[in-house]
Amino acid sequence: MKPPPFAYHAPTDLDEAVGLLAEAGDEGKVLAGGQSLIPLLNMRLAAPRVLVDINAVAGLEDIRVDAAGVRVGARVRHAELEADTAAAEAVPLLGQGLRLVAHPVIRNRGTTVGSIAHADPSAEMPAVLALLEGAVEVRGRAGTRTVPAAEFVTGPMETALAPGEIAVAARFPRPRPGTGTAFVETARRNGDYALCGAAAAVTLGADGRITAARCCLISVAPVPLVVDLTDHLAGRTARLGDLDGAAAAAAEQADPEDDIHAGADYRRHLARVLTARALARAAAAAPAAVADTYTGASR
Amino acid sequence: MSTRMFGAPVQRSEDARLVAGRGAFLDDLGAGACAAAFVRSPHARARIRDIDATDAVDVAGIIAVFTYEDLSGAMAEPLPLLIPHPCIVDGRTPYALAREHVHYVGEPVAMVVAADRYAAEDAAARIRVDYEVGEAVVGVDAAVSAERTVHAGMADNVAAHLVQEVGDARAAVAAAPNSLELELDIERSAATPLEGRGVYARWEPATSATGTDDGRLRVYSSTQTATGVRAAVAAKLELALGQVDVVVPDVGGGFGVKIVHPWPEEVMVPWAARRLGREVKWVEDRREHFVAAAHERAQRQRVRVGFDDSGRILGLDVDILHDNGAYLPYGVIVPIVTSTQLLGPYKPGAYRVEFRSLYTTTAVVTPYRGAGRPQGVFAMERTMDAVADHLGLDRLQVRAANVIRPEEMPYDQGLMFQDGRPLIYDSGDYPRMLEMIAELVDWPGFAEYRERARREGRRVGIGVACYVEGTGPGPYEGGHVQVETSGKVRVATGLTSQGQGHGTVLAQIVADELDVPIADVEVTTGDTRRMAYSVGTFASRGAVTSGSAVALAARRLKEKALRIAAEALEADAGDLEFADGRIQVKGSPAHGIELGTVAVLSNPLRYAFDAASAAATQFSGAADHESPPVAEGEAPGLEGTDYHSPLRCTFANGAHAAVVETDPDTAEIRILRYCVVHDCGNLINPRIVEGQVHGGVAQGVAGALYERMAYDSDGQLLNASLMDFLMPYASEVPTVEIAHMQTPSPLNPLGVKGAGEAGVIPGSAVLAAAVEDAEGFRVDRMPISPSELFELRNRHAAGEVASVPPRPSPATASDTSVPSAREPR
Repeated sequence: MKPPPFAYHAPTDLDEAVGLLAEAGDEGKVLAGGQSLIPLLNMRLAAPRVLVDINAVAGLEDIRVDAAGVRVGARVRHAELEADTAAAEAVPLLGQGLRLVAHPVIRNRGTTVGSIAHADPSAEMPAVLALLEGAVEVRGRAGTRTVPAAEFVTGPMETALAPGEIAVAARFPRPRPGTGTAFVETARRNGDYALCGAAAAVTLGADGRITAARCCLISVAPVPLVVDLTDHLAGRTARLGDLDGAAAAAAEQADPEDDIHAGADYRRHLARVLTARALARAAAAAPAAVADTYTGASR
Repeated sequence: MSTRMFGAPVQRSEDARLVAGRGAFLDDLGAGACAAAFVRSPHARARIRDIDATDAVDVAGIIAVFTYEDLSGAMAEPLPLLIPHPCIVDGRTPYALAREHVHYVGEPVAMVVAADRYAAEDAAARIRVDYEVGEAVVGVDAAVSAERTVHAGMADNVAAHLVQEVGDARAAVAAAPNSLELELDIERSAATPLEGRGVYARWEPATSATGTDDGRLRVYSSTQTATGVRAAVAAKLELALGQVDVVVPDVGGGFGVKIVHPWPEEVMVPWAARRLGREVKWVEDRREHFVAAAHERAQRQRVRVGFDDSGRILGLDVDILHDNGAYLPYGVIVPIVTSTQLLGPYKPGAYRVEFRSLYTTTAVVTPYRGAGRPQGVFAMERTMDAVADHLGLDRLQVRAANVIRPEEMPYDQGLMFQDGRPLIYDSGDYPRMLEMIAELVDWPGFAEYRERARREGRRVGIGVACYVEGTGPGPYEGGHVQVETSGKVRVATGLTSQGQGHGTVLAQIVADELDVPIADVEVTTGDTRRMAYSVGTFASRGAVTSGSAVALAARRLKEKALRIAAEALEADAGDLEFADGRIQVKGSPAHGIELGTVAVLSNPLRYAFDAASAAATQFSGAADHESPPVAEGEAPGLEGTDYHSPLRCTFANGAHAAVVETDPDTAEIRILRYCVVHDCGNLINPRIVEGQVHGGVAQGVAGALYERMAYDSDGQLLNASLMDFLMPYASEVPTVEIAHMQTPSPLNPLGVKGAGEAGVIPGSAVLAAAVEDAEGFRVDRMPISPSELFELRNRHAAGEVASVPPRPSPATASDTSVPSAREPR
């Protein structure tokens, strides 16, 4: 479990980093937290010729919270973001997702932007970005472009990043007023990749009835699966029975596969169960929610 | 007198060093050694047409590439079959490097030695092996069908076949008023120690200092048997035993996988070190461990049972198909243990067991903690539950009707055990064990708890499973105890330690025997330079065999010390006692002598080396000039050596009970309580025994709910990493509640029984029973995942899986009930 030889660069300047990466073309990889890349290298499942370590690059270390939302730089560790109270207040789904990302030791090292750029279909943070309709700032030799979340992840471990481009930040917008969010998942062991996970955002009107609802499922599709459930739920309360139809509709769009940890039927079943649970929790967390409209059981 | 150490929860003396990172494991040694890496077969079955290393020699740092063609003499012969048993019909073992054929993914094909592991792996990746790929044989079904055979020249895949029978079990089943048939299945798991295998070897060429014409070999190995590796390496390298030293450093867990010896790598590394004249080290990585070390557990079992209306088993007829993997390096101990230990604490009227051990194109199967017992207990305890359900009786009541009574001890089961000796239980109180587990888990109160949970929309279940474990087999272990002139006591035993705390436990025993402070006792294990005669650490035998041996060795030392002290004190030896590091006249502490001084006097000197040693020189006192300085029949030095060779195994026992909750929606399984009643005879150190039980339970839970070896039909292991092989984290392991029993063994001087494996044994049985109880349908294969439970629910709803009838309220049905208001947590 030793990697094949590679050239290693640790630039301090973003333009230099982009230059090195561009030179390497298809054979270059960005190293940030290394929580996925290093195992791939050691198991010789990936063999990039050039590693560009961005851990010393200035300007990527900030968490910025403003009226629009939270902007997370590429060097920000999951644990840093999890501990940032201003970010948590602006976008509660960040913390709800982050606490499900692997284990504390991995969160101490792994970066949120790195997780998004790695685009594992079971990862939580690409789903958080997708559900909130966030975006990724991408820097290449040609300059900076902003890629909407829906266009960023293009397949399992595949993104809109071109060779030579670095994802420098992720932008997580604040949810609309009256919106509650939740993230629930089922994993084999505490901290494992989810067999299925569901994030939900539910917006309630002043009367406590649902005005908008969306969910995002992980581990049941090649990319984070965002489903708009507003048509199913608008005007309804968030009673668990009322949520079942919407949950079933979301699960219908899932396209899970069998693997050694779970069957496809079970994953589809979980998609329904977890969507209902996530919707109920999200509704309960919505600021305008009236307490007695929520009677759903959740864990 | 000092406080008695035996029985006290003494803190482990090893931990300060290990926890602070000051341990010295295999990879901490040999910083300057060359690194070895192995080219391994990517195919489950293939013929090697050609190996081309041309591209590998361009890698900077490459030193050598070896294939089978480089081997000669004993090295070119297959590795040994360690435990030959007459039931083995065709015992195949591998070569150190594959000779023409490979039989599992991971089999070593070529060895690379390079300046470091990076270069070695780079070179290994460039070696081109041309394979003619054959078809895999994966799983018991494929093996037993014999459509394809694993090895050339075999008509089927049967490696071994054994029938043992006491009475006419088939007739007893046929004549019984009730009978049932069960099909049961257990999948593979593995020991998965934190530290994998590793070997480091150094050859010292012939010089006057090595004292031989051919040099000496020093081998360090992360093994469970120093003397076994020494003998095997000497035989393979055709060296005299005296030319080989094997030293076992700190070992990060073994759990059975490291008792296999020699592993191919374990002979290749010393061989290469000698051939190259350089230090060579190989440290196994995790993927290598998964594909190329050993697995265990996979069995298919068919049970036919006949019983009377009280649940008493009249006949038990068991057929076992055992998957032994590609080779049989360790023989067939695992299915033999399953066959014999299946009986547990029970005494069926008649018993027949038949096993066939089958080759498959997968990693070898050798004993892993529990060593066949978890499967046997699964068969027996699933049967007990089925009998209870058939009769509508409480599950504990049926067990109580079948256990051996204390007054029947010693109890001869009429079979031959894994040590080649009769299966005779030495002691145990099984009815009391059942009472204690019922009390600990509040068995009578569970019906009410279940009802309360049901009203909350929760699904809970309870299960119980019992086991008997033959521990402490021979042939023997030795102990050497020496008092130094400083008064410090040095103890050596030959078996190795993998973290069990032998250093603490053996020190407790010796400290009591000599009445010295435990801090003055230092223990060495697994070093053939200190103790050349030994067997190894396996089968829960350390405390029984080495514990007894060091106690006997200390007693020999005491006899000698008394003779010397009696002379020095001019007293009668019978009037002397050991107290606080001294020997003194009983009742007269002022009239005594330090043990260190006795050590000085034990070794008559011509030359003083310090002030204390001057007392032993020729002009230092009145000497008896009529006898030699070392009396006839005596030897210099204050030391004692002795061996414990047990007549046969001593049998520990226990019962586990688990309470689980299953999520009605997600089918997740959560353990709410895990209770253990445990009897390993006299407890030397309850803290260490409890640690052993906790670790065992963790591995039992692992095998029941998490771990499996996911081979596909091509023989590729799909989960060969700790990401996909689901070893439970601390968050998945329940809190373990333990109640001890102490029924001494009459078979050794300490009255102890082994404790190392017990915790793991009933895991699959007890958790299958609890899940079954929560769900209301049969669970007959383990492990079980949420996805599989979901599928079982669907199949049960479709009428494809049998229901279990509602269980009677144990509070009224059980004769073992102990009223208790305690609520499950």
